[in-house]
Amino acid sequence: MNFDYNEEQQLLADSVRRYLGKSYDFEARKRIVAGEGWSAEAWSQLAQLGLMGLPMGAEHGGFGGGAVDLMGVMEAFGDALVVEPYVAHVLAARLIERGGSSAQQGALLPSVVEGRAKLAVAHAEKGARFALDAVQVRSAKGRLSGEKNAVIGAPAADRLVVSARSDAGIGLYLVERSAVEIKPYRTVDERLAADVMFRDTPAEPLEGGLAALEEAIDFGTALICAEAVGAMQFACDTTLEYLKTRKQFGVPIGTFQALQHRMVDMVISLEQARSMACLAASKADAAIDARERSRAISAAKIKVADAARHVSQEAVQLHGGMGMSEELKVSHTFRRLTVLAREYGDADHHLARLAAL
Amino acid sequence: MDLNYSAEELAFRDEMRSWLAANLPAELRQKVESYAHLSKDELLRWHRILAAKGWVAPAWPREWGGTGWSVVQRYIFEEELGYAGSPPLIPFGLAMCGPVLLRFGTEAQKKRFLPRIYNGDDFWCQGYSEPGSGSDLASLKTSARRVNGGRGEHYVVNGQKIWTTLAHYADWIFCLVRTDSGAAKRQEGISFLLIDMRTPGITVRPLILMDGAHDVNEVFFDDVKVPAENLVYEEGKGWTVAKYLLGYERMNTGRIGESKRQLATLKRHGAHLMQEQRWRDRLSRIEVELTALEITNLRFLDRMRRTGQPPGADVSMLKIRGTEIQQGLAELMLEATDPVASDPLSVAVRSRYLSMRKTTIYAGSNEIQRNIIAKSTLGL
Repeated sequence: MNFDYNEEQQLLADSVRRYLGKSYDFEARKRIVAGEGWSAEAWSQLAQLGLMGLPMGAEHGGFGGGAVDLMGVMEAFGDALVVEPYVAHVLAARLIERGGSSAQQGALLPSVVEGRAKLAVAHAEKGARFALDAVQVRSAKGRLSGEKNAVIGAPAADRLVVSARSDAGIGLYLVERSAVEIKPYRTVDERLAADVMFRDTPAEPLEGGLAALEEAIDFGTALICAEAVGAMQFACDTTLEYLKTRKQFGVPIGTFQALQHRMVDMVISLEQARSMACLAASKADAAIDARERSRAISAAKIKVADAARHVSQEAVQLHGGMGMSEELKVSHTFRRLTVLAREYGDADHHLARLAAL
Repeated sequence: MDLNYSAEELAFRDEMRSWLAANLPAELRQKVESYAHLSKDELLRWHRILAAKGWVAPAWPREWGGTGWSVVQRYIFEEELGYAGSPPLIPFGLAMCGPVLLRFGTEAQKKRFLPRIYNGDDFWCQGYSEPGSGSDLASLKTSARRVNGGRGEHYVVNGQKIWTTLAHYADWIFCLVRTDSGAAKRQEGISFLLIDMRTPGITVRPLILMDGAHDVNEVFFDDVKVPAENLVYEEGKGWTVAKYLLGYERMNTGRIGESKRQLATLKRHGAHLMQEQRWRDRLSRIEVELTALEITNLRFLDRMRRTGQPPGADVSMLKIRGTEIQQGLAELMLEATDPVASDPLSVAVRSRYLSMRKTTIYAGSNEIQRNIIAKSTLGL
């Protein structure tokens, strides 16, 4: 039993935090959001820190890292509200690494590790909510038709991993981003996303279907649990600071017991969520089987989603009017936590999944 | 990061499990599992079985009967006790008076009291709360006046304690009393006194709680003579003693093992409800909360093990979440049973729901626990 990051994990998390603190503060992030919605410079810096290669196997130039290795990094991302579509990219790379032919892997993965190629996963469809198998995009004779929605990172990606249905069932396909039409937009937490239209679009099949997708999404869920913990830690820290400095009735508002107790409950939610994020990452890396992995990750997401809602809502409330203001970072943390609570399944979805497993 | 127990810790847990399976008397376990009342003799029977094995006070120093286990082993042991359905070990002697004497007692006090606590010869209770002093404990008024004369120095105690758990079983009571009503800080006028319950002038009156059970009492002191040698630590330092006890390492504050057993019982008795989504979701949420609390508890233990520091306000977090989960389980259990059923379990479950409301009030209400976290962890 040991809940610390090992030396390498801690060093990596520290260097990512140092970089983000120096070059990705709230003002820098504002500029990125006001511009293209992602920063080539930031992406290249993150690649230089080794993040693109970390979760990839050594045969592709990576380090074979798992979810636990990425936890500290994801917490730092949640703290800084990084908008670059890192998790989507990691999931797509994971699906190619596990399901791609050696030719596909050889053509793509080295440039992924070096940070040159960017990937995204096109899976969600309108009306599917979080059901993994609600796939309507059709695959026939090497071509895809249909529409995918809310594809995080699609506008910046070079290639997409797409789920589609053929006569043989649900499969995964690799598509050139330039071969599809996209409608780009920003998510509520200011990330780059797009709806993607496939019209007889050429596609290369990958090995692996629903099980591969489920594994990748479990992995991604473990990552965003840690990201949410980082965002909640910021929300708690900044709210506590506000309680100590904001004065009303001649005293800091943190002297009021009604507010103290609400602050304590935020911290309890955060710590409970952190415990479950540890469980999710550990089981993403080392579960006995898929059932154990999925059960642990659904349990974690239930807690993290509940905590994300609780902590973000209270952070805004305790900031008063300032919490609503776009000028304060906490309102952007609120937006990120709102999205993270639902991403890869909200609490209700994971309650149903837990019961079915 | 590794959330699992080590091979040695797992072996230790298995050893505890198999020993409990072989040595916890079935009739005691059945009483605990059916939420039946346990008599003093039944509580002591289990106490003495553990004492004979040498496991009744693991945290004590070895010379007084401690086991020398690590904090993780102690946690495992206590959670296994709860999980197995063993009768509670009444904490007033083993986990309260004992540690106080070990830290602050004279050699004579240790020799006189510790072996009797260990062996279950003396049953202890705790005299803290008073009718006017609940959460604001330092306002307590029960007075102890030091007098010389007759057969040596002694205190004369007058006043009243309330909510005194199992005072009607107790041979001894440890009390916070006011020895100096003129002290500049009211905490400085408080002393820690050990009082023989058979002393003339003590009256115990039952307080029946809403579940109909007699667990707590009022204790009245009317010119009760207490030998001066029964003062623990120095006069006026009782608050220091009490604060030490608050921070004392209690491993099972979250009652994880006990709640795991309740959850398993609930799944058994609520099996017919598992098809109902609303019910099932409530059960799942509480199971998730329990898992989160267990991991949080292990995180705190891991930190304690590495830093050697006492858990401090972490215990308050475990108390808050642990009791909320216990109440949540009791409430689901109430709802799992037929509201008009008259079988013994259904009746007991209804009483238990009433009784469990006390958990968020006793041992420092959950509001006081939040005050502690706000002050000591958050600096508010």
